[in-house]
Amino acid sequence: MAALATGGATPSDGATSFQRKVPASSRLAAIAGTRPSVRHGQLLLSSGLPSLDCVLGGGLAVGTLLLIEEDKYGIYSNLLFKYFLAEGIVCGHNLFVASAKEDPADILKELPAPLFDDVHKNQVDEKETAIKSKQESQESMKIAWRYQNLPKMEVSPAASARFGHYYDVSKTVSPELLKSIKWHRFFLPEEMSLHPEIKTCNMTCDYTRLLQSIQRIIYQEGFDGSYPQNKAIMERVTNLSDTVVGLESFIGSERETNPLYKDYQGLIHVHQIPRLNSLICDVSGTKDLAFRLKRKQFTIERLHLPPDLSDTVSRSSKQDLAESTKLLSSGCGAMAIGKKHLDF
Amino acid sequence: MFAELNELLNASPERPEQGKLTLLRDTKTDGSFLVHHFLSFYLKAGCKVCFVALLQSFSHYNIIAQKLGVSLTAAKERGQLVFLEGLKSCFDVFFGEEQHVGQTNPLQFVSKDGSNLKTMYEFVRTSLMASGSDSWKCPVLLVDDLSVLLSLGVRPVDVLDFIHYCRVAVCSQLKGNIVVLVHSNDDSEDEENELVVNSLCHQSNLILWAEGLATGFCKDVHGQLKIIQKGSSELKAEKNLLRIYQYKIQDKNVTFFARGMSAAVL
Repeated sequence: MAALATGGATPSDGATSFQRKVPASSRLAAIAGTRPSVRHGQLLLSSGLPSLDCVLGGGLAVGTLLLIEEDKYGIYSNLLFKYFLAEGIVCGHNLFVASAKEDPADILKELPAPLFDDVHKNQVDEKETAIKSKQESQESMKIAWRYQNLPKMEVSPAASARFGHYYDVSKTVSPELLKSIKWHRFFLPEEMSLHPEIKTCNMTCDYTRLLQSIQRIIYQEGFDGSYPQNKAIMERVTNLSDTVVGLESFIGSERETNPLYKDYQGLIHVHQIPRLNSLICDVSGTKDLAFRLKRKQFTIERLHLPPDLSDTVSRSSKQDLAESTKLLSSGCGAMAIGKKHLDF
Repeated sequence: MFAELNELLNASPERPEQGKLTLLRDTKTDGSFLVHHFLSFYLKAGCKVCFVALLQSFSHYNIIAQKLGVSLTAAKERGQLVFLEGLKSCFDVFFGEEQHVGQTNPLQFVSKDGSNLKTMYEFVRTSLMASGSDSWKCPVLLVDDLSVLLSLGVRPVDVLDFIHYCRVAVCSQLKGNIVVLVHSNDDSEDEENELVVNSLCHQSNLILWAEGLATGFCKDVHGQLKIIQKGSSELKAEKNLLRIYQYKIQDKNVTFFARGMSAAVL
C-alpha cells in the first residue's frame, strides 16, 4: 500500500492522521475467509456463492451444518458442492470430503478455478492499471474519507482475505493450489470393504451420530441429501441440520421449454435457516427464488415473470405466450404484420 | 419469559405449579422459543433447574436468556441451574480421555451399542436431589429436545422408560415439574418418533403445540400455538381444554393474539 501510494496522487494522505489502533474486525476474523455476522455475532463462512450467502443472511455460521437437497439429476447440487470445496481451498482451510459414489480425489480434481481480478491482465500493464485504479479510487474517496484507513483487499492466489469469490466453471483448479491444502477423505465403498459385517441399518445410526459429532468440530461439510432415500431418515436429518436448501432444476420437466422460465435454470427453496443466539432469524420475505448459471457466475435472484404485453389479459395457453414473446423480440415495427394486436 | 404466555397459561413465577409434565411440540416450525420461555420462567420463580440441552451450545441459550432478563452463568454459579451441554459431552465421549472410575458421562450411551439411558437418569436425579443448604423451590427438568435421542440411536422404548423414571423421581417424589420438547410431523413416516410423541401426549398435563401456518409463510404471523390442558381430575373425566392462538416472534418477546387478529391486519 505504501509503495503504490508514492506513485500516485497523495493529497488524501494528509487528510487525517487518525488511525485506529486495533481495527475492530481483526480480533474476530482471525481465520481467513470468515467475517463476523452483524445479526448474531457468530463467525460466518462463505458458501462459495455470494448470492447464496445473501439468501442465507450473510453466510454460513461456523459450526453449523448445511444440508442440500439434490435436484433431479444432481447436476446443480454437485456444482454447489464444488463451489463450497473450492471456497475452502481458496481460503486455505482444511477439507474433509466424504463421498458415497465418487472417489474424493476425483471430486477435488474437478473443482472450478477461482477468478481473481487481475488474472487476465498482462504483467506489464498490471502495475500501471493497478496504480491508476488506486489513484481513481483515492480521488473518488475524498468524500468518504474514513474508509481510506481500511486496508485494501489483497488478491494474491496463495491466501485470499476476501469473503466469497467467483469461480470459472469451465476451468479446473490448478494442481499446485490443491497440493497446498490438507484434506482428509472418507469414501464409503472403502469403509464398507474394511468392515463387511456392518449392515446398512447400523450405518444410518452411525451416520446420524457422525452428523451430531461433526457439528462440534471446526471443519465444515456440505452434504447432498440423496444418499438415504428413506423418508424417515430424511426427516431426522432435516431436523438435525441447521440450514436446509433445496434445488429444483428445470431439466427434464415441462418448465424447461416454458418461455416464462427461459432465463433461469431452476428454482431454489430455502427450507430452514438457523436461529443462532436469537429468537428470530433473517428470513427473507420472498420465497420464490430462482437460480441462473453462467460460466463465471451463479446468481440467485427473485423469480420474476416477463411482462405480458399482449392484448389478451388472460394467458390461455403456452402457445399464445410463445408467439407473443416472439413478436415482442422481433421489434415493434414488425408487429403490425401478421397478428392483429393493436386496434387503431 | 413472555408475559403474554404467562397470562394465557394462567401461570405466574410467584406460585409455580408442582408435579406437572408439560409437553412442547412443534410441527413445520421451530418451537424452541417455548423452551427459552420456560427456562427463564422457572429460573425467575426460584426453582432448581436441570437443563439437558442436546441441541445448541450454552452460549446460545445464555445470550437469549439475557435478552429475557435472566443470566444463566449467574444461575449456574449460585447452583440454581445444572446445565448438561449435550454437544460438548458427546464430543468428550468420542474423543475425550478415559473416564476415571466412578465418573461416568451422562451421554455414555452414545458410544456403546446399548441404548440405555440409565446414566442420564442418574445424572438428572443427583442434580435435582435437594441438598441441605438449598433453598430453592420445586425442582424442574427441562429437555431440549427428545427427538434428538432417537437420532442418536436410542430405541423409543428406552426414551419412554427414561421419561417414566424421571416422572417418578421428579414429579411424584420431589414434587417438581418436567418440560420436554419433541418434533413431530403430521404425515410423518418416522414411526419411532410418532410413537414417542403420542405416548407423551397421553401422559402430559399440558401440551403446547407450535405449528407453522397451514397457508404457508407469513411475515407477520409466524405460527399458531395450540394449548391443550388436560382435565384436572381423571376421576371426573373432564374434557380437555383446547385453545388456539397465533404468535409473532420478536427479538425479545413473543406476542400472542387470537386467530386473525394480527396487528398487521387490524
